[in-house]
Amino acid sequence: MRSDAVPTRESMFKNRKTHLMDRIMPVVLFLCATLSILTTIGIVFTLIGETFNFFRQIPFIDFITGTKWSPLIEPKSFGIWPLISGTLLITVIACLVAVPLGLASAIYLSEYAHKRVRGIVKPILEVLAGVPTIVYGYFALSLVTPVIRSLFSDAGVFNALSAGIVVGIMIIPMVCSLSEDAMTAVPRSLRDGAYALGATRFEVALKIVVPAAFSGIVASAVLAFSRAIGETMIVTVAAGSTPKLTGNPLESIQTMTAYIVQVSLGDTPHGSVEYGTIFAVGMTLFVITFLLNILAQYVARRFREEY
Amino acid sequence: MSNVNANLNMKTNVNKSKEEPTVGAKSIFVDANRKQIATRRRIDWLLRLLFLVATSIGVLALMALLIDIVSNGIARVQPELFNNFPSRRASEAGMKSAIVGSLYMLAIMAPLSFLLGVGAAIYLEEYAKKNRLTRIIQLNISTLAGVPSIVYGILGLTLFVRELHLGRSLLSGAFTMTLLVLPIIIVSAQEAIRAVPKARRDASFALGATKWQTVSRSVLPSSISGILTGVILAMSRAIGETAPLVMIGALTFVAFLPNGPMDSFTVMPIQIYNWVSRPQASFQELAAAGIIVLLVTLLIMNFSAILLRNKYNKHI
Amino acid sequence: MQTTMTSLIEINKLNLYYGSFHALKNVSMRIPEKAITAFIGPSGCGKSTLLRTLNRMNDMIPGTRIEGEISISGTDIYSGSVDVETLRKKVGMVFQQPNPFPKSIYDNIAYGPRLHGIRDRKTLDEIVETSLRSAVLWEEVKDYLKRSAFSLSGGQQQRLCIARALAVNPDILLMDEATSALDPISTLKIEELVQELKNRYTIVMVTHNMHQAARVSNQTVFFLNGEVVEYDETEKLFSNPSDQRTEDYISGRFG
Repeated sequence: MRSDAVPTRESMFKNRKTHLMDRIMPVVLFLCATLSILTTIGIVFTLIGETFNFFRQIPFIDFITGTKWSPLIEPKSFGIWPLISGTLLITVIACLVAVPLGLASAIYLSEYAHKRVRGIVKPILEVLAGVPTIVYGYFALSLVTPVIRSLFSDAGVFNALSAGIVVGIMIIPMVCSLSEDAMTAVPRSLRDGAYALGATRFEVALKIVVPAAFSGIVASAVLAFSRAIGETMIVTVAAGSTPKLTGNPLESIQTMTAYIVQVSLGDTPHGSVEYGTIFAVGMTLFVITFLLNILAQYVARRFREEY
Repeated sequence: MSNVNANLNMKTNVNKSKEEPTVGAKSIFVDANRKQIATRRRIDWLLRLLFLVATSIGVLALMALLIDIVSNGIARVQPELFNNFPSRRASEAGMKSAIVGSLYMLAIMAPLSFLLGVGAAIYLEEYAKKNRLTRIIQLNISTLAGVPSIVYGILGLTLFVRELHLGRSLLSGAFTMTLLVLPIIIVSAQEAIRAVPKARRDASFALGATKWQTVSRSVLPSSISGILTGVILAMSRAIGETAPLVMIGALTFVAFLPNGPMDSFTVMPIQIYNWVSRPQASFQELAAAGIIVLLVTLLIMNFSAILLRNKYNKHI
Repeated sequence: MQTTMTSLIEINKLNLYYGSFHALKNVSMRIPEKAITAFIGPSGCGKSTLLRTLNRMNDMIPGTRIEGEISISGTDIYSGSVDVETLRKKVGMVFQQPNPFPKSIYDNIAYGPRLHGIRDRKTLDEIVETSLRSAVLWEEVKDYLKRSAFSLSGGQQQRLCIARALAVNPDILLMDEATSALDPISTLKIEELVQELKNRYTIVMVTHNMHQAARVSNQTVFFLNGEVVEYDETEKLFSNPSDQRTEDYISGRFG
């Protein structure tokens, strides 16, 4: 209807081409952003769907209370606890390594180290964080396991201790950098206040900085725990494939993640009960790590100190 | 014992000076609790040492790892490693198909995840209103970053391999890895975009630019090297990732090069996993050699990311 | 400068460098006991730097180098025989921004005494009360000692920080622009408090506010570009300065 020759009041201020981009792009970009939501929905539905199928064949109560896991060999049994205990064993060992070392490194870097030392150590820790997990798996098998077996004669070729220690080494950088961030966020003025009263460095670090950064430190430990639970290749390579309800770190065990890999490497027919176990175990893994991540975010926010 | 003494001394000191607040000249540093301070300094020194030792453990672990790998594998880094396909005989085995597979996957994944990730980041930083949906998306992204990679493998297996009938193909693998690295790319791209000063946007708007013109001609060029740094780091994460690809069924023994995106494939970490899980010493050496190739690839990627980061820091 | 009071702090030909930057140039002065000495001057003139050498807070800034001598009651505080912890216990400091620890009011005050080895509950209670009374804060907070120090107003927080410094029983109190972040009423309260404290403590204050120096201090030192331009009785320095630059500054011609 409008005449191009005589621009109306409105169209005088419009350039049709750019206007079009400004209409299309927000929608396109919005779709990109919603992809993350779709991913989550995809994960949840995939897991729930097949898990539901699985529980139509295997009673949920057997799964959640059973203490024997042998879905591939007769007589079959589907008690998740051996996998959970194996996972926990690895995770606890890993956290015993990573949390104290990561926290101590963070204290050293944020409170003691000279700028030059920080400039050297931080990139090294970044490299440590970027090493692929399969490389750590090789490291566990070729170096850590022989050392452990020379110290403990009853340790197996595959054992939880070796894998746990190496998972711990892998997550040191994460604990360190998250804790250090929390400690660096503690204002300079609080440290000055303590130094001016005659406090020594460790007193400032342990009585002022660490308490003030406590929520961030706890959050980093929770995330480390979650990360260790989800770690796959190190445990697949070095911890073994024998699901066992044991607390002995020198024995071979199997974690949830390693079980999933084991099944997917074999020729398990789609739709069978064995195939369903991947999803039931995957669901358990997802729920645990999801809850831990939520917990970490909650801790970091809820107990944040005001300075 | 000495600590108790120090406490007592301290107490009398406090009381005394309360009674007679004048402190005579010269007496000011003759402090009765010198001993207590000496103890605290010793603790400080010890803890400093302890923290230093703890820090060096991480550094030493990295060195041990590198030495272990190089000493086991360097002899096997020969032309055959790059020219040969995997073989049952360790002496003839190479990782040609794995190297090519990794590169092909990178070629599909990099542009895809760049577009999707940067798109999401632009939306969240420039367009999104501060409402509930935005908060949910943001929270969801940080939660996704914490989901174990093997869970992505389960998703890829069900969604791409089975539901979309892509099979155990290069495409399935690339799509799965794209989903895996997206949260990392989005978060780092958001940071890069946020670092662009508001004044640049204002200047663009003041010249009559529309939102999209401002974003595409002012914000993005200012943040592109920061964004690329994040993308490269995410790619190096993907190059080393094993578990999800094992899940979707990347093969461990591929004696040919993939011809198209629907072909089956293998990648470097999977080839390494295959060699690591064989008990023979010769395959262990091969695994170490493969790891050297993988680590050098990652080193190159990280180095280029650092170069980009430095350039970026200069420009902003 | 002529003064009948004994001097407690003696600074002799002090030079301080941050890397290659010469921050304090050949500074010498004697600071008298139980009086208020104010450092004034435009920002960046070195007044805070000098203050922070007195309890060696500059030690923690990498690249700092010091020449010359500072002695407190005859002891060179940069000599090896002086523990920096003891020094800081004797030379308390209050900062520009109130910086209470994220702890209760009680624990803030008790922090210093505990550091220095006092564990006894009753002694601590006593110290907390005396210090809060000295800082004229006791009546306002005595019923809320367990509350977080952040629940206090800015002015109260600053008085809490003064009380915290007093709790370790110092002889000298350094105040680094301690009222610059406060409102006029809180500032007035702290100025009154400082007047009272000078009977028991030697106080050195850095202030950006000339009027405050004129109101509160006994001696005033005027700094410019890391040098002491003039050092005199406050009254004389403000009414009849002997250096042209001082006159320019106090009459508001620059800075």
